Amino acid sequence: MLMSKRAAPAADNRPKLKETLVSLSNAGIRRDGRWLVRGVEFDIARGEVVTLIGPNGAGKSTTAKMAIGVLKADEGSVTRKRDLRIGYVPQKLAIDWTMPLSVRRLMTLTGPLKEAEIAAALEATGISHLADSEVRHLSGGEFQRALLARAIARKPDLMVLDEPVQGVDFAGEAALYDLIRTIRNATGCGILMISHDLHMVMAGTDTVICLNGHVCCRGTPEVVSQSSDYMKLFGGNARSLAVYNHHHDHTHLPDGRVRHADGSITEHCHPEDGHHHDHSDHDHGHDHPQDHAHHHDTQKGEGTRHA
Amino acid sequence: MLDDFFIRALIAGIGVALTAGPLGCFVVWRRMAYFGDTMAHSALLGVALSLFFEVNLLIAVFGVAILVSAVLLLLQRRQSLSADALLGILSHSALAIGLVLVAFMTWVRIDLIAFLFGDILAVTPSDIALIWVGGAVVVAAIVYLWRPLVASTVSEDVAEAEGMNPARTKLFFMLLMALVIAIAMKIVGIMLITSLLIIPAATARRFSASPEWMAVFASLIGSAAVVGGLFGSLTYDTPSGPSIVVAALLLFILSLIPAFGRTTAERPANKGVQG
Repeated sequence: MLMSKRAAPAADNRPKLKETLVSLSNAGIRRDGRWLVRGVEFDIARGEVVTLIGPNGAGKSTTAKMAIGVLKADEGSVTRKRDLRIGYVPQKLAIDWTMPLSVRRLMTLTGPLKEAEIAAALEATGISHLADSEVRHLSGGEFQRALLARAIARKPDLMVLDEPVQGVDFAGEAALYDLIRTIRNATGCGILMISHDLHMVMAGTDTVICLNGHVCCRGTPEVVSQSSDYMKLFGGNARSLAVYNHHHDHTHLPDGRVRHADGSITEHCHPEDGHHHDHSDHDHGHDHPQDHAHHHDTQKGEGTRHA
Repeated sequence: MLDDFFIRALIAGIGVALTAGPLGCFVVWRRMAYFGDTMAHSALLGVALSLFFEVNLLIAVFGVAILVSAVLLLLQRRQSLSADALLGILSHSALAIGLVLVAFMTWVRIDLIAFLFGDILAVTPSDIALIWVGGAVVVAAIVYLWRPLVASTVSEDVAEAEGMNPARTKLFFMLLMALVIAIAMKIVGIMLITSLLIIPAATARRFSASPEWMAVFASLIGSAAVVGGLFGSLTYDTPSGPSIVVAALLLFILSLIPAFGRTTAERPANKGVQG
């Protein structure tokens, strides 16, 4: 209902022939009375690379899962093109060692593929020699390549890559980002990417969306990297992102910018993102989401102490 | 030496083992050993209810197993207790309630030991028909659902994102588990059903290069355990259900000897038992 209304103007704004694959409109996910993300609004067109950046627990993975339908939006709407073929590389994938799964078998996990398609995807990601290895014997970087190969081999309309190069060495990282770009150019698929490697990602991205519980800023990489929100979030220094994120979480709340109309406060740590292990105060917030005032004060107090 | 009852026992036991093999692989991969145990233990509650309300035994056992698994899934979603503790509570409560109910019904005489540990040597031809028809249904369903079952075992998110329906797959899996428990109860007994699911699958792991082969090997190894156990039972006059499990265990131990395939050194430490 809402969806068709939304799709039409979005298509008008774009150059012709660029079909909208996914469209999020004021979309939000709520868990235990808390908004993990809210008011998320963006489209992904065929051939477009959209990158989500933001501190740990900003809701990047949650947003990606919402875009592809793994999580249902509790507010707003998410529209996907009919029969949209998705290739998904999740942030985490734990395969029980008791399952004998070779790289080749992993390729056909969700659908059959021709032998040549499998070979081409493994070749492109540089792991042809590992085709018959069991996935549990792969290194972190090799496993990421295998997951990427699997997503590519499906020839999807939309690839969703949640930190696709984690654990890949520096040289390999650049090569894989090149590969992702090449695939986009060759197949014209849309790409939704989540990344921490800002410098690396920026170059190959059409639209950057900076998330922190809500969309802080968006635009082309040039626009975003000069926006004040972006500077506040990342301090212009991608490599020390984690440090900045921590301080940011303490200062962001008292700003009131992530406090929502209904009085809820957007938290910066969700289990989905899995980065919250060292933030004991955040875990506390998870257990008692209704205890906002107390939580708020605790954070403020800690922030002061650190300062 | 090969009496009629023994042949019947063999046919029934092999039927159960062939069915349990593929399903057991999923129980192992999804770390649902304790979950399966809980469903199996609830079978005694099903037995008691079937006697009390005079309904068909299989239907009652199947229904109660479904109900218990639904309750488990609901309680797990609320996350008030760890899955482990919940399983412990439900597993033993279901068994205890079943035992108490049976004890209350003084007007019925049932062979409790036969229900708990199986009575394969009293298998009737109609039991055999039931096992093979039910087993064929289960195997056909697993073959049909194979790709979504494997995919959602690896990652529910990926399966969902790429057009599958892992919630529905899980529901079918539960139904199949309940069906296997209902038809296997008479053969190996309530207490030992999960061992026939898990031990052959765990034994097959070493020799299997793919999930598909592991399912096939688990069926074959389970059948071998049935044959070995029944011969042992006949020879040494031991109860049939436990004998089959002991035979399965011997095959498992045999599979751990490094000479029979790849070494186990590459295996990472198991991260504890989970439901």
